[in-house]
Amino acid sequence: MVGGLFIIITSQNYLKKVVGLAIFQTAVFVFFVSLAKVLDGTAPILTKMANAYSNPLPHVLILTAIVVGVATSALGLALVLQIYKNYETIEEKEIESLELKSDK
Amino acid sequence: MFDIFLDDAPALVVVLPLLISAIIAFMPSKIWPWIISIITLLLHLFLSLHLLKEISVSGLIIYEFGNWEPPWGISFKIDGVNIGLQLLFSIFVLVSTLYSRKIFLNEIDYRDSGKAYSLWLLAVGSLNGIILTNDIFNLFVFLEISALASISLIALGAGQNRKALLAAFNYLIIGAIGATFYVIGVGFAYAMTGTLNMNDLVIQLTQYSDGQLAIFAGMSFMLIGLMVKAAIFPVHIWLPPAYSYAPSAVSTLLAALATKTILYFFVRLLYEVFIIYPSYLSLFLDFVLYPLSLLAIFIGTVIAIYQDDIKKLLAFSSIAQIGYITLAFSLKDHSGVASGFVHIFNHALIKGGLFMAVGYFAILYKDRVTLNSLKGFGYKYPITSFALLICGLSLIGLPLTNGFISKLYLFQALYTNQMYFSIALVAVSSALAVVYFWKIVEQMWFSEIKFKSEKEDAYIYLPIWIVTISIIVFGIYSTPIIEFSNLSADYLISGYQN
Repeated sequence: MVGGLFIIITSQNYLKKVVGLAIFQTAVFVFFVSLAKVLDGTAPILTKMANAYSNPLPHVLILTAIVVGVATSALGLALVLQIYKNYETIEEKEIESLELKSDK
Repeated sequence: MFDIFLDDAPALVVVLPLLISAIIAFMPSKIWPWIISIITLLLHLFLSLHLLKEISVSGLIIYEFGNWEPPWGISFKIDGVNIGLQLLFSIFVLVSTLYSRKIFLNEIDYRDSGKAYSLWLLAVGSLNGIILTNDIFNLFVFLEISALASISLIALGAGQNRKALLAAFNYLIIGAIGATFYVIGVGFAYAMTGTLNMNDLVIQLTQYSDGQLAIFAGMSFMLIGLMVKAAIFPVHIWLPPAYSYAPSAVSTLLAALATKTILYFFVRLLYEVFIIYPSYLSLFLDFVLYPLSLLAIFIGTVIAIYQDDIKKLLAFSSIAQIGYITLAFSLKDHSGVASGFVHIFNHALIKGGLFMAVGYFAILYKDRVTLNSLKGFGYKYPITSFALLICGLSLIGLPLTNGFISKLYLFQALYTNQMYFSIALVAVSSALAVVYFWKIVEQMWFSEIKFKSEKEDAYIYLPIWIVTISIIVFGIYSTPIIEFSNLSADYLISGYQN
């Protein structure tokens, strides 16, 4: 989680930022799924063999969150592509210097 | 036959825009997406009025999706807190959609207008979901839908200025971090209580009445996430570029409603759920929200004075205005929360009107509107300019406008809490608002250049004047806004005093 956040903050490349965001989000998803584990629990299917069941709800929540995450990454990548088409670079520093030039 | 639909009105106000959005996405026509959106939003307004009628009878509606009882199913809750906001939302969205047509025709490729209105309705539906939902995870989903829709709408501004892409990208990254923080908080809350429903959460949390570290950590994560989304001071940096490079119609919708709905949920979470831990709540309000609001008010106003670009100026003044709202919410009593809601209503109208007028100027001027470019506009386009003047005076808080009512109630609330330093600061920042607004007025009416008045487009100035007249009307006859705000505060604060 911290790794993903670190990538977002430090990297100068927009593509890397999107990747960092994806890692950050995935870490949170794993955190959610780990909450669901019940000791000695099995998959929540009704059988006579099982004594305890793991909680299925966090999995369902994360299924939703994954869809949201995919949409976010897709939109992020689409924006990076458009930025590349307009600026011919996706490095933050180069774009900043380009903008400074165009402002003058 | 109609009654069947009316029973589902709480769901329909959200589902209807979302469904229609999918239908109009690939319409190549110039005008049909707009007409369909208008019809949808008229229906939306009708449903909201129906909800108001229901609420005035019963006082509380809990709508269970698929008849799954909470806490198992997702539910929508409509009560005194959000009915006023729902009504304002419905009306303002309709007006800004009326306004948006000519603006979109000028600012984006007409072949994209189907997609633009599709995103527009997507944003409307999901923001409305934020107002109504009673489920903390469901809120995250609506937050993300609204964020993605508004990011795409902001990126549509790239046809005018390619910086819109950078603004949209930064909003995406910062917004997604905020939302993910919120989800971490939800995870902690779920781990401790096993519920996501807000009412049930309150009940479950009482068993940890002395407080647990995990709960406080979760609460802090949720609050920080929402603060990012609501653009509360130190985490506001995505907002000014996003508002100023978006197409003007989009700036109007976002500035007036997007942060407001999230602020509403923020305050609801504070006073409805986290109220169980009064010591935590007052710690957060006194030592985090209160100083940050003061900083937001002061710094937002000062930065706004130095802006040359008018849309950026308005965006920074938005930061300050959000500061006023959070300052009112940090007061922990009835008058504070009520004045916060008053300012949510009034500021939505004021900022909406200002962005509308400036957006029209941007089209007339065919470039970004800077201070210099406004020279003589007061004579050239008198109808729109006069509306801008009234909205601006209301932003400063002159009597007879609704901005005055906001300031009056805020001062009263601060005075009853004996916060004289804040009173002084709010007064100073109002005075500073005169400075930046006067710069605009000076260029528009008192510059050397005199133009003859030109014809203005009635499709654009009529919506602007609807907003402007409502500003004056609510400045003179402010009872409806006060009533709704008091109602919201009644519902929220009753929990605090028990």
